[in-house]
Amino acid sequence: MEAFLHQLFSGLASGGIYASLALALVMIYQSTNHINFAQGEMAMFSTYLAWSMINSGMPYWWAFLLTVIVSFVTGIIIERIIIRPVEHAPVLSIITVFVALLVIFNSVAGWVFTYTIKTFPSPFPQQPLFGNRYISSHELGSIGITLLVLVALFLFFRFTPLGLAMRAVAQNPLSSRLVGIRVGWMLALGWGLAAAVGAVAGMLVAPIVYLEPNMMSGVLLYAFAAALVGGIDNPFGAVVGGFMVGVLENLIGAYVIGTELKLTVALVLIVGVLLFKPSGMFGKVFVSRV
Amino acid sequence: MTALTTKATTADLVASRFAGMPLRAWKVIGFTMLLAGAVALPFLVSNYRVFQFNLVLIYAIVLLGLNILTGYNGQISLGHGAFYAIGAYSAAILMDHFNWPYWATLPIAGLVCFCFGFLFGLPALRLRGHYLALATFALAVAMPQILKYKHIEQWTGGVQGIVIMKPAAPFGLKITPDQWLYLFTLAVLLLAFAAGWNLLRGRVGRALVAIRDHPVAAEAMGVHSALYKTLAFGVSALFTGVAGALGAIVVQFVAPDSFAAGLSINFLIGIVIGGVASISGAFYGALFIQFVPNFADQISKAAPWAIYGVFLLAFVYVMPTGVAGFVRLAWNRIRRASGK
Repeated sequence: MEAFLHQLFSGLASGGIYASLALALVMIYQSTNHINFAQGEMAMFSTYLAWSMINSGMPYWWAFLLTVIVSFVTGIIIERIIIRPVEHAPVLSIITVFVALLVIFNSVAGWVFTYTIKTFPSPFPQQPLFGNRYISSHELGSIGITLLVLVALFLFFRFTPLGLAMRAVAQNPLSSRLVGIRVGWMLALGWGLAAAVGAVAGMLVAPIVYLEPNMMSGVLLYAFAAALVGGIDNPFGAVVGGFMVGVLENLIGAYVIGTELKLTVALVLIVGVLLFKPSGMFGKVFVSRV
Repeated sequence: MTALTTKATTADLVASRFAGMPLRAWKVIGFTMLLAGAVALPFLVSNYRVFQFNLVLIYAIVLLGLNILTGYNGQISLGHGAFYAIGAYSAAILMDHFNWPYWATLPIAGLVCFCFGFLFGLPALRLRGHYLALATFALAVAMPQILKYKHIEQWTGGVQGIVIMKPAAPFGLKITPDQWLYLFTLAVLLLAFAAGWNLLRGRVGRALVAIRDHPVAAEAMGVHSALYKTLAFGVSALFTGVAGALGAIVVQFVAPDSFAAGLSINFLIGIVIGGVASISGAFYGALFIQFVPNFADQISKAAPWAIYGVFLLAFVYVMPTGVAGFVRLAWNRIRRASGK
């Protein structure tokens, strides 16, 4: 029982990280219908930025904050300069651009920071909080931060004029433009937010998987699965999906098939959801007119 | 679509002669010279270069296969490395466990991959665009783990993989094994391209393009969309699997980590650089993915991928038709200029 609870909680913790990255994916998908294959590598790069700041002696939380801001700005710049020209291009071109971004971020990280594996500090104490035996404080902390991010985003989208404008653009870009919303900038803002949320996910996962240029490939796959399970156009669904996928991954890995086939679980989940319930649990069902 | 129409219209508009000779004759001469050059090549360069050019030929077969699916049929696959791996492992297992001769493994590898491709094509029917790319990407990322799976380890050799012997030249020919394998690969390539060309220029090719450009209209015209799409997946995997088997024989080694997601990304890069929906583009793409990393490696271990990325972006923005499109454009310019 104790082992089971332990697996459950550590599943919830990694689920929180998948949820953050899934949230970033949903942020971009919602407004542009693009699946950003480079999201994981962008998060990885942000994490390296945080690492070098911390290494130069900056306190953890300052580095955290600064990384989030830098990632936000970088996300906006990427949208404006690289994604904008292919916004209405055929799907293959868009996917090629995403793959190019993935490859560039990955190799530049390897180039600048080398491929040696680095440890990344956790801001939370070594000892488990409240004397419990099931969950380490980093796991508890990352669940907390994920929920915090979710609440902040919810408040932003629900209660600010800017959030309203962004939701309007996601729903109907044409009418939004007619009422004076600058659609292009809202999309860029979405990219910025996605990059910032991704950076948070990267910094939370790095203490667990260690920092190296390929650390995100597995996490990204789970985030895809999470976003799809929850419904790829629903931020709330992405978070629920993230926690579910995290728990599922851990329990199946521990009790059913062993850890070597964990990525295959993600593959089966992705293909399964796409086949049997493409809209996920909370997504909208799309009916296209011919 | 553009590729096909421009071909037809320019042939009609511009007189079908160039510098006094019929265009057809030019094509025959050019093709013969290329072929002669390709046959002579292994006897002119070092054994290591022969090996590299052999890989170019193998990649060209993969890119042709991927182009049938992604270029002509519009189904985006980021997971062809997985089919390449299945082909390679089929050949390696047949040679290692059953002592099959290397040439006999190719049809089996092709058949196995056709079945896998066809089966993967069935769920792919329900996925389009980004979703299909996502599903195939997941396949590519998961593939090394599947190959390492402990219950098939007795066949696949687990993490260590399988080492196979390089076949010597038959009939007492006085050439090195590398030269012989190159010529063997060249023969397979000619066969593959003849098959691919015949497939794409006729009824099937038109159906594939129609499905890509307007699925609903294609269905209305009586094209059996589901059948063609799954077949395209199967045939594409077949080409890739045969190439994978050749790759295993040439490299003499298969291991799970040589079939990571990077391989599939490599293939995508190949068709984008070479030219989407073009047959000749497969060669340009193959040359690119074989030789550019070699040059770039001298700068840094990470440099090849950085350069790949930059090239990819540049091609998408500046030359979406790839090198093949550029060559076609240049050729038409020359002809028009000389026609005046």
